[in-house]
Amino acid sequence: MEIKSRSAVVMLSLLLCFMSAGLQASPRILQWHTKQGTPVYFVESKQLPIVDVRIIFDAGSARDKGHAGLAVLTNALLAEGAAEKPAQQIAEQFEDVGAQFANGALRDMAWLSLRSLRNDRYLQPALTTLKDVLSKPTFSEESFQRELANLKISRKAAKQSPETLATEAFYKALYGDHPYASVVNGDDASLEAMQRKQVLNFYDRYYVSSNAVIAIVGQLSRAQAENIANDLMSGLKRGIKIPALPQVKNLDAAQTIKIDFPSKQSHIMMGQPGTQRGDKDYFALYVANHPFGGSGFSSRLVDEIREKRGLAYSVHSYFSPSRELGPFLIGMQTKNEQTDQALSLLKAELHKFWQQGPSEHELESSVKNITGGFPLRIDSNKKVVEYLSMIGFYHLPLDYLHNFNRRIEAVTLDEIKSALKRRLNPEKMITVIVGGETHNSQTKADQ
Amino acid sequence: MRWIGIFVGILLFVAGYVFLWEEELQPATELSSTEATKVYQLANGMKVIVQEDDRSDVVVSQVWYKVGASYEPEGKTGMSHVLEHMMFKGTDDYPAGEFSEIIALNGGRENAFTSKDYTAYFQSIASDRLELCLELEADRMQNLILDEAEFKKEVEVVKEERRLRTEDKPTALTYERFNAAAFESGPYHHPVIGWMHDLDKMSVSDMRDWYNKWYAPNNATLVVNGNVKAEQVISLANKYFGRIKAQKIPALKRDTAKPQQTSRYIEVALPAQVPYLLMGYKVPSLAQANTADLESDVYALEVLSGLLDGGNSTRLSKNLVRGREIASSAGAGYNPYDRLNTLFILSGLPSAKSNISELKAALFDEIEKLKKTLPEPIELERVKAQVIASNVYEKDSMFYQAMQLGILETTGLGWEKKDEYLEKISRVTPQQVQDVANKYFIDQTLTIAELKPLPMDNMKTPGSAAAGGRHGN
Repeated sequence: MEIKSRSAVVMLSLLLCFMSAGLQASPRILQWHTKQGTPVYFVESKQLPIVDVRIIFDAGSARDKGHAGLAVLTNALLAEGAAEKPAQQIAEQFEDVGAQFANGALRDMAWLSLRSLRNDRYLQPALTTLKDVLSKPTFSEESFQRELANLKISRKAAKQSPETLATEAFYKALYGDHPYASVVNGDDASLEAMQRKQVLNFYDRYYVSSNAVIAIVGQLSRAQAENIANDLMSGLKRGIKIPALPQVKNLDAAQTIKIDFPSKQSHIMMGQPGTQRGDKDYFALYVANHPFGGSGFSSRLVDEIREKRGLAYSVHSYFSPSRELGPFLIGMQTKNEQTDQALSLLKAELHKFWQQGPSEHELESSVKNITGGFPLRIDSNKKVVEYLSMIGFYHLPLDYLHNFNRRIEAVTLDEIKSALKRRLNPEKMITVIVGGETHNSQTKADQ
Repeated sequence: MRWIGIFVGILLFVAGYVFLWEEELQPATELSSTEATKVYQLANGMKVIVQEDDRSDVVVSQVWYKVGASYEPEGKTGMSHVLEHMMFKGTDDYPAGEFSEIIALNGGRENAFTSKDYTAYFQSIASDRLELCLELEADRMQNLILDEAEFKKEVEVVKEERRLRTEDKPTALTYERFNAAAFESGPYHHPVIGWMHDLDKMSVSDMRDWYNKWYAPNNATLVVNGNVKAEQVISLANKYFGRIKAQKIPALKRDTAKPQQTSRYIEVALPAQVPYLLMGYKVPSLAQANTADLESDVYALEVLSGLLDGGNSTRLSKNLVRGREIASSAGAGYNPYDRLNTLFILSGLPSAKSNISELKAALFDEIEKLKKTLPEPIELERVKAQVIASNVYEKDSMFYQAMQLGILETTGLGWEKKDEYLEKISRVTPQQVQDVANKYFIDQTLTIAELKPLPMDNMKTPGSAAAGGRHGN
């Protein structure tokens, strides 16, 4: 970077970059197990009179076992009636005390979260409702049918989104018969075949205290947090150990999938199995991706595709680490006529990057950006409770945040180059293109 | 290494810099303040609002300009947003890309956003780097280059953005047409991103005119929230923005929207899978509520929107999604902080066993209920409990708080409105809710849009183009 500025402040700030990395404080995390053996991760946060609780289960779509959508449906039904109370009453009980309840399921994890005011007048009723939802969901036939029908509508809506279709095709091609290939929100056949009994079984198997992690942040003492965690888990069965997921296999050949779609843009996704939480190459790959496509305006992809050529609004790449290998993914969208040009640029950039890695300057800038931005990762209770969940769920060390900047700074160019060579192979990429050509003539006629 | 040159530079320029500041600079005046919020005005008219929050070592800095899509003349829609993109394309001191690179090197995150009523630029960064942000923002407030070649590329980026956000999304396209039908004429007719045919014609000289017209300190507000001291922020703000000359800001285009006389109905036929319904009534915004009665209408409408869609227990979820199972999802929305009078919007997707006309009828039923029957006090209490709690929760987000202040200042309401909100909402009575339902939910100002899915006929099932077995063992 050549700074032509005449400004002292900018210069000084750049100077500061060299001095201050690694000094930021990270939140003090306390960790213990409930009486039932569930790990709890807790940060006391005194300033605001609020409490955030997040309960995470190894109950994401990776556990669908051929019934795509089962994890999502089970999770969605938790608050649709519990402890003999209908969904309406559950919702009222949360909202009467101003509490915010949310839930969801991804590939690895399923979660429930509660945000409440600290005052016991509000907090205690909200926790009681949360415990009911967690440990006594009704799964009534009526709720089951309604939520299933709504999932089918979402499924239809997904088919009008080129982005969703591309993601789905990408995961299918990437994961083949691995559980990660399961379509998170369900596919046509799986939703058609879904039975209430499957939901009951899924809940019994996976929503158990031995399969849970609890994260708590708020204006609480450790003793208060201990009581909350113990009480929340006390309604759950202990359960039996959930087997580990199979390893993800590497691709043995390139594959290109083209889906015709009546859109003006083509959505392009390119990728491979990437990295996982706790991976020894994780920090090297994370830093490597930063200057390639992970840092917005300062990345090569944005520079080549958007800044130099105006080909796309959004172009990016990332490693999405999960329990087993999550994807390395490059994504962009461009008008259909430019698809070939964009694709060959992406391929050329990837190849060059894979061959050479980042420059010394890119590495240095990336480390500064990542480490200097560390305070932004933990500047709210919401962000901290999410970090606790991740640390707990993926068994990361308690000093993960504390050592984060140190780990980033320790990454060397050689490590990056070696990790890229070992972990990626530009000759065996999955490429998905969803878009159209037939639509172009119509587009022009419209104008 | 290239960094060596920079170190030498620092030493040279620190001296030159201090000397430069001998120039006379008028002090800022403190306008009005609460314990939480300090408000100042620089001599050139620029407002500065500071909220001190020492929960973390982070600061959010936002510069807000009073300009957006609703300021744009016919035929030149989308200018404010394209100009927002161009603001990252460099000045003499910091050529294209450098702003972003400097912020990145300092661990900051930055971006910008444009709406119908405002354009804003922001950085989130370690709190000891605030000065850097202010200097860079002050520079691009006055020295933007607006190079033609850069513009030509960037407008193509914006067209891709329009394709991504609107043209390839049936619900977004339906909303755009719904909005254009509801605001048949006047400033809110146009989409923020602009019509494609206007983007096709846009030139760099349009950009220059637009920039010269609106980017001035007396048309801007700086909002800073984070681990900073107000006195320090105001002195830095004065240092960088204080010497920028105020300029005459053009009188705002009047709201020329013709009053709506009859209900409007449009069908949007598009290749799609799921039908979608939008219904909107004309309602006042807080900024246009120039009497006490109108102002209490606004807060009553806000509570009413909470009754319909303030949570999972409220009426649309209770009656339409669960209850009668007519909608797979349904929503109600109202933004009282629009600069001009606005829309109260109801929307939804029909459930599998329902259809658009049943959904429409069910939404009308809900409106009739509001008109004929007083809401239960417990329902109102629930809405208010949410508002009271949210008022605490939002303190967990510096960005959100700064955003609220920026919007209030930029739409002409004034930041003080933020502090009134809780009390005004808590005073709303069941009778007021019923009254505003009767007053505003009338056929004459209703607009309805329906997305009618057309077959997506050139959609084919995936096929493999290239050779390849897949997974190895």
